[in-house]
Amino acid sequence: MTSSLEHLTANDQSDGHAIALSNVVKTFGETRAVNGLTLDVPRGICMGLLGPNGAGKSTTMRMLTGQALPDSGDIRVLGLSVPKQSKQARARMGVVPQRENLDEELTCRQNVSIWATLLRVHRRDREQAVDRVLAAAQLTDRADAKASTLSGGMRRRLLIARSLVHQPSLVLLDEPTVGLDPQIRGDIWTLIDGLRSSGVTVLMSTHYIEEAERLCDDVAVVSHGRVIAQGAPSALVAQYAGVEALECFGSPDRLTMIERRCDELGFPSRRTGPTVSVLRAEAIPLHVIEQFGEALRRPANLEDVFVRLTGERLEG
Amino acid sequence: MTIDESPASASTPIPTAADSPPLRAVETTAFSGVFQREATLFRRSWPATTFGSIVEPTINLIAFGFGLGALVASVQGIPYIQFVGTGTVATAVLFSSIFAGMYDTYVKRFYWKTYDGILATPVDVPELFMAEGTWIAVKAGVFGCAPLLIAMLFGLPPSWGMLAIPFICFLTGLGFAFMGQWFSGIVPSMDAFTYVQSALVTPLFLLAGIYFPLSNLPQWVQSLALANPLYHCVNLVRDAVFGWQLEKDLGHVAALTIFAAIMCALSVRALRRTLID
Repeated sequence: MTSSLEHLTANDQSDGHAIALSNVVKTFGETRAVNGLTLDVPRGICMGLLGPNGAGKSTTMRMLTGQALPDSGDIRVLGLSVPKQSKQARARMGVVPQRENLDEELTCRQNVSIWATLLRVHRRDREQAVDRVLAAAQLTDRADAKASTLSGGMRRRLLIARSLVHQPSLVLLDEPTVGLDPQIRGDIWTLIDGLRSSGVTVLMSTHYIEEAERLCDDVAVVSHGRVIAQGAPSALVAQYAGVEALECFGSPDRLTMIERRCDELGFPSRRTGPTVSVLRAEAIPLHVIEQFGEALRRPANLEDVFVRLTGERLEG
Repeated sequence: MTIDESPASASTPIPTAADSPPLRAVETTAFSGVFQREATLFRRSWPATTFGSIVEPTINLIAFGFGLGALVASVQGIPYIQFVGTGTVATAVLFSSIFAGMYDTYVKRFYWKTYDGILATPVDVPELFMAEGTWIAVKAGVFGCAPLLIAMLFGLPPSWGMLAIPFICFLTGLGFAFMGQWFSGIVPSMDAFTYVQSALVTPLFLLAGIYFPLSNLPQWVQSLALANPLYHCVNLVRDAVFGWQLEKDLGHVAALTIFAAIMCALSVRALRRTLID
C-alpha cells in the first residue's frame, strides 16, 4: 500500500463512521427535498433508508456522491468531506443506481471491465477483478452475453457486480430490488447480505418493509427529508408498535367504532382501506377484542412503525 | 461471496485528502477511462457510424464534382472536382462531430442515464465531456480524410501537406463536438436540434467556401465567414493540399483553437448544470 493510501486510511479511521450527515438541506425550487437530515452510518453495517417515494432518499444518495450539492449542512463519506473531496470518496465507493444504465450492446464482461477502468483498478488486476465479481454475481456463464439479452434479475446482478469491481469499502444501493419478482429479489438479497458479511458498509434505500427487516442492521425512517427514527428494525418495532397488531375487518360503521374504542383505551390504530390495524394488541384486554368482531393477530412490523410515526403509508 | 476489505490494493493510488485536487481538475486517469469506454463501444458500432460519415460526403462530392463540374471547369485555377473534394473534407468533419455531440450526448444523458453512472465513479464533469469530445474529434480526424481519398481517385495529386489533414480535421472536430455537447445541455428537448440544423449547420457549410469561393460574395458576407470555424478548416485543408500560406494558416489554426476552447468551456458549464443538482 502506498503512503498516500495510508494517509487516506488514517483519515478514514479518525472519523469512525462510514457516512456522517449533519443537518443537510437540499432544495429544488420551492421543494425542500432534504430538510435538515442528520444520519451517522457506522462502519460495517447495512443501513436502510426507509421511506416512501419523495421522502428524499434518492437525493440523499446523490449528495453522497457529489451528484447533488447540499444547500447547507455537513457531509462526510469515509472520512472525506463531500462534495469537496467527492472524487476520492467515489473511488472507494460502489454505487448501484435505481435506474439501470448498462451498456446494452456490450457483453457482461465488457460492461464490468469498463467500470474497472473508470474505478481505477490497475490494468494488471483488471481481468481477475472482473472474473471475481462476475462469479460473485453468478454471471460467469453469461460473461460473454450481451447485456440486452439478460433477464431482469441478471441485469440487476450485473449492475451490482459492476459497482463492486474495485472492492469498495462502502456500497450505496438505491432501491436495489424495485420492480423485480419476489423470487428474484431473494437472489439480490443474498448478494447484499454477502457484502455485509464481508465487512463492507452498505447504505440501501428501500420502501419494501421485508427488505429492510431482512437485510438491515439498522434502519433510518425518512419522512419529508428528515430522519425521524433510527435503530435496529426489531427495536424500532418494539418501541413504536409493540409485539402484535390486530387487523380488524367489517363494515365502515364497525371500523369507526373500533377506532373510537381504541382512542378511548389509548391504543394506536390506523385505517388501511377495508381494515383497521390496532397496535400493541398484546395489551388489549380479551373482552375488548371480542367486541371488535372479525380480527386477525399478526406480528407488528416496520410498516406499523412507519405509519405510526408519519401517518403516511409505504408502497409495496 | 467474499469481499476483501483492502479496497485500494488493486487500484492505482488515489490522491489523498491532503493533496486533494480542486473539483475542476482534469486527471488523465479519468480522461483515459472515459476515452477507453468510447473506444470499446465503437468496436460494436463502427460499421454504421463509419458508413454514414463517409458515404454522405462522398455522395456530395460526386454529385457536385460531376454535376456542377460539368459546368464549371475550374475555380481559382483548381479543377472543380478537386476544389469540391478538398472542401467536402470540412463537411465530413462538421457532420461527424456536431451531430455526435448533440444526439449522442443527449440520449446518453436523458434516456440512458449513462452519465449518472459515470459521475458516480471518480470521474468529474470536465473529464467526462472533454474525453467524449476528444473521442468524437479523433473520429472526425479519420472520417474527414475520406473525401480526400475519393478526390485522389478522381485525379487529386498526392502531396506531403495532406499528412496534416487528419490533424486539421481533429482540431475542427473538437470545436464542433463541444458545440454539439453544449447544445445538448441547453435544449429543452431533442426537437430543438432541428433548429440547430436549419439555422446553424446549413449556413455554416454553405458559407465556408466548400462549393464556391467566397471571394465573389459581398464584402460583408466575406467578413461574416471569418467567424465561421468551418471556413478556417476549408482554407487550411486547401492550403495543405495545394500549398501552405504560413501566416494565413497560422491564423486559421488559432481561430480553430480558440473556437474549441470556448466551446469546451460552454459545454462543460452547461452539462454540469444539467447533471449536478
